[in-house]
Amino acid sequence: MKILHKGYLAGPIIGALWALVMSVTLGVAISFATGAAAKPALIGSLILGLATGFARVRIANRWAADAVAVVVALVLMAIGLGALQFDESFNFVWRVVLSVVLAGTVSIPLNSILRELQFGALTRHQFEDAVIRFLTGFGYIFFTAIVVIPFYVMVMTSMKSQQQLMLNPLDFSIDLSRGWHLFDSYYELMTRFHFGRYLWTSFYVSVLTVLLTLLFSVPGAYAVARLRFRGQKVFSRGILLIYMVPMIVLALPIYIAYSMVGLRNSILGIVMIYPVTTIPVALYMLQGYFRGLPVEVEEAGLMDGLSRLKVIWKITLPLALPAMASVGLYVFMIAWNEFLLAFMLLDDPSKFTLTRGIASLNSSEIPRQHLMAGAVIATVPIMALFLGLERFMTRGLTAGAVKG
Amino acid sequence: MTDISPPKGRGALARREARLAWGLLFPTIAIVALVVIVPLLAIFWISVKPVTLGDLRPAEIRTRVALRERGDQPLLELRVINPSGEQEMTKAGLNVTLPEGVTLTGDLPQGCAMDGQDLSCDFGTLEPGANERFRVDAQVTGDTRAAERAMRDAEVTATGHVSNVLTNSTFTLENFRRLFSGSEFWSVLGITLFYTVFGTLGALVVGLFAALLLNKSFRGQGILRGLYLFPYVAPVIAVAFTWITLFDPYSGSANALLVQMGVSEGAINFFGAKPLALIMVTVFEIWRYFPLSFLFILARMQSIDTDMYEAADMDGASPFQKFWYLSMPQLLGILSVLFLLRFIWTFNKFDDIFLLTGGNAGTRVLTVNVYEQAFAVSNIGAGAAVAVVIFACLLVFSGLFFRTMSREEGL
Repeated sequence: MKILHKGYLAGPIIGALWALVMSVTLGVAISFATGAAAKPALIGSLILGLATGFARVRIANRWAADAVAVVVALVLMAIGLGALQFDESFNFVWRVVLSVVLAGTVSIPLNSILRELQFGALTRHQFEDAVIRFLTGFGYIFFTAIVVIPFYVMVMTSMKSQQQLMLNPLDFSIDLSRGWHLFDSYYELMTRFHFGRYLWTSFYVSVLTVLLTLLFSVPGAYAVARLRFRGQKVFSRGILLIYMVPMIVLALPIYIAYSMVGLRNSILGIVMIYPVTTIPVALYMLQGYFRGLPVEVEEAGLMDGLSRLKVIWKITLPLALPAMASVGLYVFMIAWNEFLLAFMLLDDPSKFTLTRGIASLNSSEIPRQHLMAGAVIATVPIMALFLGLERFMTRGLTAGAVKG
Repeated sequence: MTDISPPKGRGALARREARLAWGLLFPTIAIVALVVIVPLLAIFWISVKPVTLGDLRPAEIRTRVALRERGDQPLLELRVINPSGEQEMTKAGLNVTLPEGVTLTGDLPQGCAMDGQDLSCDFGTLEPGANERFRVDAQVTGDTRAAERAMRDAEVTATGHVSNVLTNSTFTLENFRRLFSGSEFWSVLGITLFYTVFGTLGALVVGLFAALLLNKSFRGQGILRGLYLFPYVAPVIAVAFTWITLFDPYSGSANALLVQMGVSEGAINFFGAKPLALIMVTVFEIWRYFPLSFLFILARMQSIDTDMYEAADMDGASPFQKFWYLSMPQLLGILSVLFLLRFIWTFNKFDDIFLLTGGNAGTRVLTVNVYEQAFAVSNIGAGAAVAVVIFACLLVFSGLFFRTMSREEGL
């Protein structure tokens, strides 16, 4: 690494890497937006990045680096070595514009990545800071891409007809001229496939699960966290252990038992089983929170002549409201997303939950866009809830939920 | 001299507190025990029994009693069927009241007796798949058609006892023998370990990278943090089908992109080709669970004291040195706990692989194997045997986990 601690080496190398990242990013973005090909080219990207990086460390003026980048990008394009190889659907004006855009996305971030590097020898600090800034830029692009692309594909596929999809799987531009027909899939699902009913079923099953879970886990968690009795330690451990039993191991006997007593294919059966899967998680999260509450407040209540139960009701629970909200939200998420039990226990379409309904769309007779529309319908409510209550959610998750 | 030592044993208050604790815990314990402990015992029970999916509905005796005419001789026809193909039926019998005006003139079949108009039969033991037919001459006074109709509507009470394989005393180790003798089991175990180890490590490393990115405040940090949690929050069924759509060999955008970029010549079957499918489900696992590691690591990072870093700055430590010598030791605790917990959870994961590949193309892990054995091959006993193996592995991991946990306080 010592060898690289020179401005004239570190600058161009980081520049070349950055140009590669940017040409791939831009190429993918252009392909997704227009469906036409814009191939990132290795040689062109390297030359562009090397030149820009070199210019930035040689002439310590940011405009100079921008100018060099634009000129190099245009020259490369003119001689057919451009960092992005456009197909014939792009006319000359587009090529120039996109080349300038590419030059900008290379040089503007590079200006800040390489901002402290001089031409000669670098200190370890300067070098590592530049590398970290490069990695940060790369990280944002990488993470945003891997998260956004699948969800983007989900939404776009649900708005395209099967023919359009087969014709050019890359073309994700929205054909606005179709107007409301973009949402045909959703309309079909809501009318012909009863998705409205599935939504409602999923919703009330999840809400009931949250209520039942809290009803059982709040007293239990309080007892484990606050009261002294023999076997308290064993309990704290036991909760975690139960929480590690795989669902599939339990699903088999549950399936058998439900088949025998006739609870299969009933919402009642589902509502009975979901809270059981979430109670251990809720117990674990809540006991951690109760332990963090100050004991003195409760003791004051006891001194003033309240009974233990009154203390819980009047003091502890109001204090624990935020924790209960985040646990409730988390449990709601688990119940809403639950697939395995619903898949195994429900066969009757009139009783499907949303996830089970989507699973039934996965067949060769039903177009792919319906499946994706179903996925969007299942994802949007939970996302809206999550983004609206993100603060509760993150707190709830880090309170000890590692389940997934 | 009165003795003034502290009281011994547990006083009334402590006892009352313990009573209250058990009272509060009881409903929860009862429910969880019922739905976790009982099924676990059931799994052990089933794993040593030759149970198939068909055994879940025990066979019931089928009977029909009808009045017919052959020529102008009326006949009473009894049919008794044991529908079970494997089990013999003991104590088979039936009771029926003959309509008014019908009298039996012929010899009754063996084991049958008439009491007024009541006919009761005891057939003893019926072979598996037995289908017996008895004919008895009868006499009908009055309208024959009406008598036939009345006979058809008459209530027949039939009994027959088939030994239920779930509750009888047949035990076998066949399920386990078959499981361990096949080469398939070891390949399944290998695949499970690959998926678990790389899925867990990958999610941790990627999560650590994401946490380092967001461990500073800037505008939009909250939005990005929310965005990076999406893969974890979205329903698994939605994201799994999205991945299938995205990587579809014929209409998938990923393939189209690779072909257009000139990376690959033709379409790649991401979830259908042998080594690639396993890598893809592992990548999916990493993608889906990095947000969780990221959240925990970020929470831990933000609780690290900043004085240390200031001191390190004074001493001239470089950014990488600060990360390696200061942050990493602080994060090791949470990383090891996360690793073990996630390891156990990934080991138990079923939905993801089931939805992505259905366990085909060399991605069958133990959990999917349970499902395959029990529902695809209809051999519930074999499925339960796999589940027992999973549970045994789990106990080992949990032992390790608790040993680590006791060293790591605060979690």
